[in-house]
Parts: sequence; C-alpha cells; structure tokens
Amino acid sequence: MYTEKVIDHFSNPRNVGEIEEASGVGEVGNVKCGDIMRVYLKIDENDVITDAKFKTFGCGAAIATSSMVTELVIGKTVEEAFKITNKAVAEALDGLPPLKMHCSNLAADAMHEALKDYMSKKGS
Amino acid sequence: MEKKNIYFDHSATTQVDSAVAKKMLEYMTDKFGNASSIHSFGREAKKALEEARKQVARLINAEPTEIIFTSGGTESDNLALKGIALRNRKKGNHIISSQIEHHAILHTLEYLEENGFKVTYLPVDENAMINLEDLKNAITDETILISIMFANNEVGTIQPIKEIGKIAKEHDIYFHTDAVQAIGNCHIDVREMNIDLLSMSGHKFYSSKGTGALYVRKGVRIEAIQHGGAHERNIRAGTENIPGIVGMGLAADIARVNLDDHIKNLTKLRDKIIDTILAEIPSVKLNGHRTQRLPGLVNFSFSFIEGESLLLNLDLKGIAASSGSACTSGSLDPSHVLLSMGLNHETAHGSLRLSLGRHNTEEEVDYFLEIIPEIIDKLRKMSPLYNPSDIKVSNPCDQCINR
Ligand SMILES: Cc1ncc(COP(=O)(O)O)c(C=O)c1O
Repeated sequence: MYTEKVIDHFSNPRNVGEIEEASGVGEVGNVKCGDIMRVYLKIDENDVITDAKFKTFGCGAAIATSSMVTELVIGKTVEEAFKITNKAVAEALDGLPPLKMHCSNLAADAMHEALKDYMSKKGS
Repeated sequence: MEKKNIYFDHSATTQVDSAVAKKMLEYMTDKFGNASSIHSFGREAKKALEEARKQVARLINAEPTEIIFTSGGTESDNLALKGIALRNRKKGNHIISSQIEHHAILHTLEYLEENGFKVTYLPVDENAMINLEDLKNAITDETILISIMFANNEVGTIQPIKEIGKIAKEHDIYFHTDAVQAIGNCHIDVREMNIDLLSMSGHKFYSSKGTGALYVRKGVRIEAIQHGGAHERNIRAGTENIPGIVGMGLAADIARVNLDDHIKNLTKLRDKIIDTILAEIPSVKLNGHRTQRLPGLVNFSFSFIEGESLLLNLDLKGIAASSGSACTSGSLDPSHVLLSMGLNHETAHGSLRLSLGRHNTEEEVDYFLEIIPEIIDKLRKMSPLYNPSDIKVSNPCDQCINR
C-alpha cells in the first residue's frame, strides 16, 4: 500500500534527531491520534534554512513525510518553505494511501510551526 | 543473508493444511455433487457432509446433529445472537456480553439494540478478564442470553468458560461463546463447560476461508436468519459448501489428534518470547493474562513507539505480525480491547501482536528476539516522546505507562 519512496524514507529516514539551539521548533499532532511530529530548523541570517531535523511518533507515513519535509526545506528560504504544503510532501513521496492523507500527513504543518517559531523569536 | 519469510499472524488466518487442500480439491473436481440430489453424485456429497459433521462435533464433544455449517465465524456469531434473540423475544429482551468481543459480536449486538434489545457489556480487568460477580450482578429476569468469547483475538486472554457456563445454567439462561480463536488451540468440551452455542471458523485452524460452524445444543431452538431451501435442518438455507465443509472436517480431526502437542509446543515458544522481551527491553508491557492465554499468542505494548511503524520494520526483516494501533485498524481509534483493559491511547498505539502456529519453529522465534531490540531502539530514538533520561527513574515501566 505504500510507494517505494515511502518505504525508502521510512526505512532510512533522513535527518532524524534534534538541533541544539535551533532557530525554530514546531510540533503538531497528539498522542491520542497516534501521531506527533516535531521539526527543528537552523536558519541563517539571510533567512535560508541550513539544517532541519525531526522526531516523530507515528506510523510509516508519519515518519516518511517527516523525513521528506526535512529534505525538501534544507537550502530553501523561509518564504519558499512556507509555500511547501502537506500535499506537496505527499507528492514528493509519490503519494500516500487515502486514509493517511489527513491523519498522518502533517509534516509540513510541523515545519510551518517551526518557521513561525523562528519568526516570532526573530521579531522579539 | 537469505530473506526470511516468517508468519506470526495465525490469529488473522492460517495456511490451509496440505492434506486438507488436497481433499478439498477432490470435492471440487471429482466428487462435486450437490448434497440435496438423490443420485450417486449427491449421495457421495451427502455422505462426506455427514462425515465432516461428525469430525467437527468430536472436536468439541458435541453430537453431529448439533453442528450447523456456516460461511465462517461472523455468520456463526450473527446466527447465534440473532437466532436466540428473535426466538426468545417473549421470554425477555436482555443480553449480557463483554466489552472485548470481536466486532462480529459487538456490531450484531448493536443491531439488536436498535431493534429493542438491551445489552450489558461487562467490563474487563487489566488482564482482559471478566469478573464473575459482575456477570451474576448483571443478570435480570429479562436476561435470555450470555455471550462471552472463549479467547480474545487480540490479547489472547482465556475467560473462565466453565464457570460462566455454570452460572448460565443455574439461571436458566442460554450461553453462547465465540470460540473462533480457541478452536484447535484449547481443550473444549461443550458438555462439561455447559455451552449452549459455540461459534467457530475454519480459516483459523488450517482450513479454508468462508467455512465455519455453529454448535447449537440439542433442544435449544433458534430462529433462522437466512431463508431458502431446507438445508442444515431449516436453520441455514443455501447449498452446502461441500469442499469447504469436508476440508474443515479433516482439519478438525487433525487439530484434535495433535492438540496436546500443539499446545505444548506453542506454549514453550510463547513463554520464551514473553520472558525474553520482558527481561531485555525496558518500558514494555505484556497485554493479556500471563498464564490464562492462548498458547501461541503474545501482545506487547512498547512505550514511545507506534505499532504500524513497528510492523513495517518487522516486515522489512521478513516477519509478518499485527498491531492494535489505529493506523492498522482503518479507524482513528486504537483497539477497543486494549482501551477496555485500561491502556491509554499512547500505549495502545504501540501494541504488537504475534500469533504463532503449527509450523513456527524455535529458530524463527530466536531470529525475532534477535532483531526486535534493534528495531525498538531505532524507533525510540526517533520518537519525541522518548527521553532516555526518564528511563533511569527507579521504576521505568510504571513511569512510562502512566505518562
Ligand atoms: C474472535 C473472533 N470472532 C469472529 C471472527 C470472524 O471470523 P470470520 O473471519 O470467519 O468471519 C474472528 C476473526 O477474525 C475472531 O477472531
């Protein structure tokens, strides 16, 4: 039911871990539904994302989308990263099973939360 | 290394025994008659049908005339509950069951509730065991049926069936048990256990899918729920699935002859898994009763990780298992069984069920025990819920389970 890309990202997830003194951290989901994603971003003075890491509790789709989103954002500007949607993440993985599209496809949301966290820190 | 292909999901379904498959084929190609026909082809089929009825009856110490062949566990459960309820409407409208039944029971009871029946769903303790006092207290003048599963399909807990049968008999209430998981894995004697109705399913004991039976004690009348020809004593209309029935008969014989060895072998493998996992992996909980459980079934909750990701990792290593996690159930909620046992959502999401069967070996178990710590470790390191410093607290298990 999962695509080869999902299986690949799920079995060899990229960028697992935390970033100490991250520029922004975002978390979405809750334990009740069985998915929690936390994304850490390192952003330089030109608003370019230089590093991204994640920690995820969840099913195969949750882990694969988290892994994919970190790959997608590294090297992008904050503005560009805001434009990456959950749907785009799923497409980058050649799609997800229908049931997983809304329940486990939250990685872009977590990344956006991390961006907002960065913006608010920067603003203050 | 050669890719493993290990099947630890016998509670979902089993492979058809090769002798059973061979016999089924014979009754599809050569001996294909309709058991209702009077010619030689029909008589041959009829004879095989009655032989299978004897074989199935013998497995549970019933009489052949007490066996009705159905299309599986789900149909047997439907027939038992609706058949008794509709027949006894004038006597009463109350049914007692439990919170951990299979959906074939729970959804049938919901249907009966929509049609005027009242149902008490007994709670279970942390080991998935019902309490006999609760059962006695739930009985009213209106109670016509008690339906409690023999062994649970997710956590393996075996209920005190003989005691339940005794209570039912004392109160003159019919007792049905869904024994789909217990058949071929437990000693079952419907006489000694005072069971009035019992459901079974062929594909859980090395026979084909779409086969099943309902035992109905002599003298217990049930209403038909499927109407048509005069098959199965007018209780279950439809041309009998002779290949399936003949196969299930042979499977029942094989199960009966090997039952003691089967239980002994599987219990040994099961206990090895339980003892090793509990000793070697921190923050893990065994779900279900430690001893009163199906011989081949284990169910664990691994804190901080989610069941589906665990299953996928096992699958990549060549092991087929299952989980009570929401992601694998097709709904947003984790298993109703685990929640009824008092597990929180997080712990229920992290459950893993292994159900061993006839062909599994100790070597396969050892391979599983060798690779599982690494998988758990990898997933925990990925989990935002996992903070290794928490684990050092004096009683790690309670600590995590109660988070
Ligand atoms: C306890 C229990 N009851 C009923 C059923 C349904 O049986 P069947 O698949 O034959 O309809 C199952 C099968 O999963 C089961 O485990």
